[in-house]
Amino acid sequence: MSGQIEPSRGGSRSGESFLLKPVAYASALGREKRYAMVVDTRLCVACKACVLACKGENAVPDGYSRDWLVEEVRGWFPHLSAENRSERCNHCAKPPCVAACPTGASHVEDGGAVLVTHDKCTGCKACIASCPYDSRYPHPDGYVDKCTFCLHRVQAGKQPACVEVCPTFCLHFGNLNDPESEVSRLLRGRKSKVLHPETGCEPNVFFLT
Amino acid sequence: MSGVTRRQFIKIGAATAGAAAVGSGLTTRWWGLDDDPVANPGTDGDRVVPTFCELCFWKCGVLAHVKDGRVTKITGNPAHPLSRGRLCPRGTGGTGLLYDPDRLKRPMLRREKRGEQVFEEVSWEEALDFTAQRLLNLKDRYGPESLALYSHGYGGSWFKHLLKAYGSKNIAAPSYAQCRGPREVGFQLTYGSTLGSPEVLDLENSRVITLIGSHLGENMHNTQVQEFATAIDRGATLIVVDPRFSTAAGKAKYWLPIKPGTDLALLLAWMHVIIAEGLYDKDYIDQYAIGFDQLKEHVRDKTPEWAYTQTTIAPETIVETARVMAGGRPASLVHPGRHVVWYGDDTQRSRAVAILNALLGSYARRGGIFVPSQMALPAYPYTAYQGHPKAPPDRPKDQGYPLADEVLASGLCMASIPGTASYDIKGWLVYGTNLLMALPQPERTKEAIQALDFIAVVDVLPAEIVGWADVVLPEATYLERCDDIDNPPWKVPFAAVRQEVVPPMYDSKPGWWIAREIALRLGLSDYFPWKDSMEYAMQRVHAAGYDCDVLRTTGVVIGKPRPTTIEDGLVPKFATPSGKIELFSQRLKDAGFDPIPQFTPPEEPPTGHFRLLFGRAPTHTFGRTTNNRFLSEVFNQNELWLNAQMAAELGLKDGETVVAVNQDGVRSQPIRLKATQRIRTDCVFMVHGFGHDAKGLRYARNRGADDSRLVTRIKTDPIMGGTGMSVNFVRVERA
Repeated sequence: MSGQIEPSRGGSRSGESFLLKPVAYASALGREKRYAMVVDTRLCVACKACVLACKGENAVPDGYSRDWLVEEVRGWFPHLSAENRSERCNHCAKPPCVAACPTGASHVEDGGAVLVTHDKCTGCKACIASCPYDSRYPHPDGYVDKCTFCLHRVQAGKQPACVEVCPTFCLHFGNLNDPESEVSRLLRGRKSKVLHPETGCEPNVFFLT
Repeated sequence: MSGVTRRQFIKIGAATAGAAAVGSGLTTRWWGLDDDPVANPGTDGDRVVPTFCELCFWKCGVLAHVKDGRVTKITGNPAHPLSRGRLCPRGTGGTGLLYDPDRLKRPMLRREKRGEQVFEEVSWEEALDFTAQRLLNLKDRYGPESLALYSHGYGGSWFKHLLKAYGSKNIAAPSYAQCRGPREVGFQLTYGSTLGSPEVLDLENSRVITLIGSHLGENMHNTQVQEFATAIDRGATLIVVDPRFSTAAGKAKYWLPIKPGTDLALLLAWMHVIIAEGLYDKDYIDQYAIGFDQLKEHVRDKTPEWAYTQTTIAPETIVETARVMAGGRPASLVHPGRHVVWYGDDTQRSRAVAILNALLGSYARRGGIFVPSQMALPAYPYTAYQGHPKAPPDRPKDQGYPLADEVLASGLCMASIPGTASYDIKGWLVYGTNLLMALPQPERTKEAIQALDFIAVVDVLPAEIVGWADVVLPEATYLERCDDIDNPPWKVPFAAVRQEVVPPMYDSKPGWWIAREIALRLGLSDYFPWKDSMEYAMQRVHAAGYDCDVLRTTGVVIGKPRPTTIEDGLVPKFATPSGKIELFSQRLKDAGFDPIPQFTPPEEPPTGHFRLLFGRAPTHTFGRTTNNRFLSEVFNQNELWLNAQMAAELGLKDGETVVAVNQDGVRSQPIRLKATQRIRTDCVFMVHGFGHDAKGLRYARNRGADDSRLVTRIKTDPIMGGTGMSVNFVRVERA
């Protein structure tokens, strides 16, 4: 037995993970940009500044969040190890939510970011059911909401709010199709994984271990 | 087309038949022909005001974004040396304080017995007249020294000034005798200087970081966490000593789950190894320190094998970590901690940390403890304070705590119980500190309050202490007021401004205004010659030769850097009696204490009991933030950490509600059990600041348990009067 998993409580969700080397997803080829986030789990202290910054930036309503923390502790006293992960929508290259959306509200935007056009969304929640990462929530105003990679900031030349606030510098955002970008360099130089690779969704949030 | 948007369509659709809306719903927006799918939430605001934070006491520079008169979000100020553009969750959630619906809105006078929380809202005029009259009565009857000020937070400076003008020196903060006091005295005795706040630690350049009594990462001081993460990213080795598998322990190469109360034994054993194996910085010690031979003799028998019997840390681990620590010197930092009042021997333990750092040669070194520089800002040219106030009565008549260099908050509280001190304290002015949670032994605090002639509380939220006030003076939050300039000693000299982002809500007023209005009524107008705090602050900045406009526009002005380490060309000076680092302290010896720290084994828990330890969560600053609904959304109650095996033996399950009962039979509020592998079997842990019972705190009330009410026993540091609080034991029962 590998030991117990202790997901933290309060603004956090549990998750299981499997090791996978980052690959050049075939579905991402041909796009000019492929946005990705790289989370350095060694540096993260699970403080949740990213959650608060996202909520402030995106005016996320009380009781909901677009990103969350998972603190995973394994082993038995005193032989323990821990991994902290700031998690959010994986902006999959093969997003099941987009396929599940009956109105076209869920769609793939600039750089592969998966967005929901609020005005097209009927709030049917098919996308919520289809997401293997539980990264969407029903906004009280009647549409489904989720992480946008802060595309409104990115298009203005800024970093996503969670990346900008992080006091441990554990969050990195950039274009994986640019081999010189920080995210490309990090994934070349460090061991990484994605969550639930077995789904075949080709997620674009990577975790350095 | 009608004005109905898709959003409204859905809302209507939920209440009525969808078909009813079809006619108006078939717009271009419905079919996605709108060309702006990337919605901008528009929270950048129409203006951005730089100021500094007050969610904790680190005082990071922030940018407040304002849209239509409302603060939409708070981000880090990239120009500010303490935030560097980044923030912790508390600072980010600062709007939760500003828009807290439970804020104190209008002045109030008590109408029933103290503590019954029955008040009547009154005008400022009436509240201030009442306060001034009571203060005049106190002065007439008992002399000005009978008034004490407890203050925590930057706006307290106005009230400190008021108290001095009134004629009292009795100004205390729980942050000394209930927090970092022993550390400051320990370092003062060794190096002739304190570490202050922000601590003068160059973590980002450390090659080895040893945490012994710091849970950095859960203790979320922004700059320090940034530097800590940077050091880890650069490959620093981390040694963490903690009975609990802390967040930092999860990043450490070495986690030493020490038996609580035995840290000093480990520190002495590390010194033993480093000296016996000749791993210390010999040149540094020869040049800068005195007392090495006595230290060498003192630790000769403090072997790892001896320490193992005390600490339960394997001798080979002690040897290996000592070697790793020495291998990184001088960029090897043994973190001095911050909240260090644990067992009553805290000054001596802090001395041991200071001495170990000296052996590693880390003081005044890059990657160690740096020597800060501070921007010189002339004091406001006030009229000199009159009279000769009596010395504070904060120490017992027969015992002096001779090396305390600040007033003891716990001592002033004791002196309010008639006849216990050299004279009685009869009035309290409480600014921004919830003494019923900040001081140990809350029942004694209540006894002291009941004996007072007068108590006034200045605060933002209706914390427990507010319920005990005679008069409540509602202060504006940090985002609604201007305070004094902040220019702490740091790596670069700087000065930061706190300015009004939005006008005060309700009928709250800035602290400077409240203090000034009281002063005017006391006939002390000479001490408040300025019209408002901004005039005061800008006078100081202008007198120092800096541009006030630049400061107000950017939030901060930075001075010329000076060398802070020997590597930069600094020549270290030590303000000790010998002018050297004092490994052996003649001062301590002369005062009747051990000149080199001596270990005394801690008391064992009674059968069936666990030592109660407490600490922090990154999302909260004690009890001050637990009513912040943004912060409580991500962390809304504390848990009692108990070793999973112990829980199983007690028949308790993870997640169920339990009660902790201390050695004196005091029961905690119900608290969720965290049965975990992450803690030793002889102690339990909880995050401090929960378990509020104040009626007015809707989000924090009845959430988790308050550790301070379990602290019925303290062990006082004989050197400086710090109240060691980790000396209580609890058993755990199903609620």
